[in-house]
Amino acid sequence: MGFPHPLHPGETPVLSTYFGDPGARSHAGWVERGGYTALRQALAMPPSEVVEVVKSSGLRGRGGAGFPTGLKWSFMPKEDGRPHFLVCNADESEPGTFKDREIMRWTPHALIEGCAIASHAIGAERCYIYIRGEFTEPWRIMTEAVAEAYAVGVLGSSALGSGRRIDIVLHRGAGAYICGEETALMNSIEGKRGNPRIKPPFPAQAGLFGLPTTINNVETLAAVPHILTRGADWYRGLSLGNPKSTGTKLISVCGHVMRPGNYEITLGTPMRDLIFDLCGGMRPGRTLKAVIPGGSSVPILNTTEVEGCVTDYEGVVAAGSMLGSGGMIVMDDSTDIVYEIYRLTRFYAHESCAQCTQCREGTGWTVRILERILRGEGKASDLDLLLDLAENMTGKTICVLSDSCAAPVVSGIQKFRADFEAYLTAGRTHALAGV
Amino acid sequence: MSAAHATEAGTHSPVFTGDTLARLEALYDSYPTRQACLLPALWMIQEARGWISPESIAEVATVLGLTPAHVRGVVTFYTMYHQHPMGRHVIQVCTTSPCHLNGSADVVGALLKETGCGELGATSPDGRFTVVEVECLGACGFATPMLIDDDFIESVTPERVAGLLQGYE
Amino acid sequence: MTTELVTLTIDGATVSVPKGTTLIEAAKQAGVLIPHYCYHPSLPSPAVCRMCLVEVEKAPKLLPACVTTVAEGQVVQVHSPAAEKAREGVLEFLLINHPLDCPICDQAGECELQDYVFQEGRSGTRYADYPKRFNPVEEFGPDVLYVPNRCILCTRCVRFMDAVAETPVLNVSERGDRAYIGIDPDHALDHPWAGNVVDLCPVGSLISKDFLHKARAWDLDKSPSVCPGCSQGCNIMIDTRDDVVVRLRPRPNLDVNRHFICDHGRLDYRWMNRGDRVEAPLIREGGRLRATDWDDALDRLAAAVRDAGQGDVVLLASARASTESLGLLRRLAEAAGGTVSAAVHIPQGEEHSLPGIPNLALRAERVPNALGARLVGYTDAWDATLDRVASAALVMVLDLHLPELLDRLAAATGTVCLLDTLDREWPGTVAQVLPVSTMAEEQGTWINRDGRAQAYHPARHAPGMARPAWWVAAEAWSRLEPGRQAEAGVDDAMASVASVIPALDGITPSRLGLTGRIVADAGAQA
Repeated sequence: MGFPHPLHPGETPVLSTYFGDPGARSHAGWVERGGYTALRQALAMPPSEVVEVVKSSGLRGRGGAGFPTGLKWSFMPKEDGRPHFLVCNADESEPGTFKDREIMRWTPHALIEGCAIASHAIGAERCYIYIRGEFTEPWRIMTEAVAEAYAVGVLGSSALGSGRRIDIVLHRGAGAYICGEETALMNSIEGKRGNPRIKPPFPAQAGLFGLPTTINNVETLAAVPHILTRGADWYRGLSLGNPKSTGTKLISVCGHVMRPGNYEITLGTPMRDLIFDLCGGMRPGRTLKAVIPGGSSVPILNTTEVEGCVTDYEGVVAAGSMLGSGGMIVMDDSTDIVYEIYRLTRFYAHESCAQCTQCREGTGWTVRILERILRGEGKASDLDLLLDLAENMTGKTICVLSDSCAAPVVSGIQKFRADFEAYLTAGRTHALAGV
Repeated sequence: MSAAHATEAGTHSPVFTGDTLARLEALYDSYPTRQACLLPALWMIQEARGWISPESIAEVATVLGLTPAHVRGVVTFYTMYHQHPMGRHVIQVCTTSPCHLNGSADVVGALLKETGCGELGATSPDGRFTVVEVECLGACGFATPMLIDDDFIESVTPERVAGLLQGYE
Repeated sequence: MTTELVTLTIDGATVSVPKGTTLIEAAKQAGVLIPHYCYHPSLPSPAVCRMCLVEVEKAPKLLPACVTTVAEGQVVQVHSPAAEKAREGVLEFLLINHPLDCPICDQAGECELQDYVFQEGRSGTRYADYPKRFNPVEEFGPDVLYVPNRCILCTRCVRFMDAVAETPVLNVSERGDRAYIGIDPDHALDHPWAGNVVDLCPVGSLISKDFLHKARAWDLDKSPSVCPGCSQGCNIMIDTRDDVVVRLRPRPNLDVNRHFICDHGRLDYRWMNRGDRVEAPLIREGGRLRATDWDDALDRLAAAVRDAGQGDVVLLASARASTESLGLLRRLAEAAGGTVSAAVHIPQGEEHSLPGIPNLALRAERVPNALGARLVGYTDAWDATLDRVASAALVMVLDLHLPELLDRLAAATGTVCLLDTLDREWPGTVAQVLPVSTMAEEQGTWINRDGRAQAYHPARHAPGMARPAWWVAAEAWSRLEPGRQAEAGVDDAMASVASVIPALDGITPSRLGLTGRIVADAGAQA
């Protein structure tokens, strides 16, 4: 179940090396595979040096925003006498994204090791790993791995005998996409509604429990041990020409490809190769219609845009979208793009936290207009209305959930207008199953 | 909701006693505030009772030194906390776009038919299942995923549904 | 300590404000009102309504003025096309589920949604084809109804109960456009200060049962006043309709009550509308009281004072009376020549503080002018003074309605003169009853527990021939000796009081403004 595909020569397995290898799950198995040497190495280094290594590796946040990880760590106050926290964001909820789940399922100790190194680097004694509530299996595996890590002395009052305290607490979410937003996640750990907070203050100044906090994605943290053992130069060298996008990235591919799954690629791999070579291309008789390349919150790409797109942070932006979390939703020519966009807006309307007006009311209204269009009752002015609402919903709220709802609508209408017009003028309808 | 209040009113037996209380208290050191133990505590209630009743809200508020209003605001924010009694087994099936592209609508249809629930959110007449539609379960490459209680099942097809339900009585 | 000033431009106006000021407050200094809903100066700012978005030069996005602090040289546009479009968008979204039931909504006329939609909203709806969300009205507390359909989820009420009342019984429940304000089912919104949520609500979602469908906002006359309920001296607005007081609401005074009043003060106004008032001077003739004119009545009052000679004079007054009235009445009593024993009655109650605001409480002393009374020579030794009634040559009573007092008056041997508001059965010993106005009908000064002198102003007409007590005292005093001139107005009255009590020098109602002034050496308690 969820079994990884056989390794494809186009992949560069770093994080995914042991996906499908149950032996890697235990502490002993992880040590056999070279695990915890990076942590031992890091604990012997001053924290600032660890930060420097990560900085020079070019590692960028793998959760969606792509912020340089080492730089983020360097924002933490130094020797300020207050407790610091590391938070690992394992609330992977972005539709189309399912990479962190695999990391936790197959290599829990990779994440624990990454968390421990990062904790040391930022001066945190405690790390919270926030795992979304639906991830029952990763939760179980991580729970066992953390217990094991304490039992063998990797964690606790003297991590690996270093005299340095490092604790990891697993915290389970309970069904709220927005908790993947870093400040909402902090509120959630604090036992509150998962409402995003206003920034400033930024987490490094006042984060979890009002204390200096760094929050990193699972994939980001899991990459850190490799950078420590193999060196920043090695990691920076994993790039196909763009010095700003280095290393490997797990790309979750889903939808209409022959072999959906997680593919670890060197950043810079052409998107076309990823879809048509690594993932086996479209189903027989089908052609590519559209790709949402970075989780559902980013603009849709059409075939022309996919054609020349290089899969790294800047490349996807140049093509008209964003790499985001690296969750790629591939749609072939059988797709009713209007319905799929509608289904995404329903997702956002369901997940809106209710704080900001534009998001709370705008997501629901967008859904209702799309429903009307799908029922064949749309008006000629509806597309302009949707675009205007999208404008009013973009760049005006505390977090970007509202923008995320608007992005597929705007790009969908821009790039697939004929599909919408088929509903408005050609009498097309679509059943609205479910609720 | 009010009917459910009525049935349990006055007959609430506390969740946080004995082992469950000990498990909760064991978490206190993991957080600087008691409030931070709220989500874990709510999970314990749901584990014990299958849903989170107003009486349980009042109880957990007292145990953690919070107000019932705060707890209620939290319970209603997170969709995995059930505010109503559910069937003996809760099936959560994903229907968000990536799964919809791969036929989740048919999986939902098969689930509603096989369980006898008839509609989403409803409990089957025998009280065995409640089927709810959920947003993205984070296994989009293995569409369609579903959770039966805590069992995460991937690549569900309409044909597999009947077999998968066996064993959940 | 000097405050560092920051200079910026808001809609073309240059202002200098202390560092750390938010744009929304800085704009007020520049004379620009930035539309807002969730922001309130006495509450934490969550920046959720997104109504106060403004354009700031060099900022990539519009910024919420309520949480953005000023920066040197900043150029802020409140009325740029982008900012106006953003606000128009917010207003349109807010109206999706807001019922346009303004004709039956108490908030109409003082509704911030109505106002801003009128100013900046779209002229028509683009949401005509869908039903609006409907939720039934809920009773939140003894005086608060929640009309969820009108709610715009600004969360001011939740934040007030959480951060100011520190009694968090409200919450936001559910998510997205299903969200609503929830209340803990086992608690009512019955905190002694809970009524403030009605004022805080920018729309008609939280409404007062007491005021329900009583009046339209545009029919109300509003008079600045001070709450007579306790010694805190919260600033209030008395709202009247056709000369009837229909509502008391807090009036901001950052030094006294910020933006709040307690429910005790808020709801205790019906006495101001009582119909059983004394409307003419009454004098006893042939064993019964009959009406007379002021000239006759004042002559008789002056005569009573003169007749007291060297005998004891007892003066009993309500501490709801103005400092001017108390002072001039004491001057009148002293004019007789005998020993004057003056006392005020100070009813006590339970103290209820508003925890989130320093030094704000419904005070145990349930009168507004205890300090003013002490300052002009009245004692709290009530029982001891009461004991002197029986033997006094002259007893003067200002607006007191205690049963125990009536019993004492019945046993009085001297002349009993009442300055009163209510028409009642008086003992046969009462020689005259002079009709005086209530605080709602006159201008005057009270001194609160912190020594702050504050002026209140008339909100309705006094009934019949009733006049302020200071006028009665001044007129009678002027008749004692030829050439004496009675004070012509309340400012003169205070000036005369100040001539004996130097601390009150310069404290006249018309110079106190709307926020009052601390009286030096007033013997403040805090």
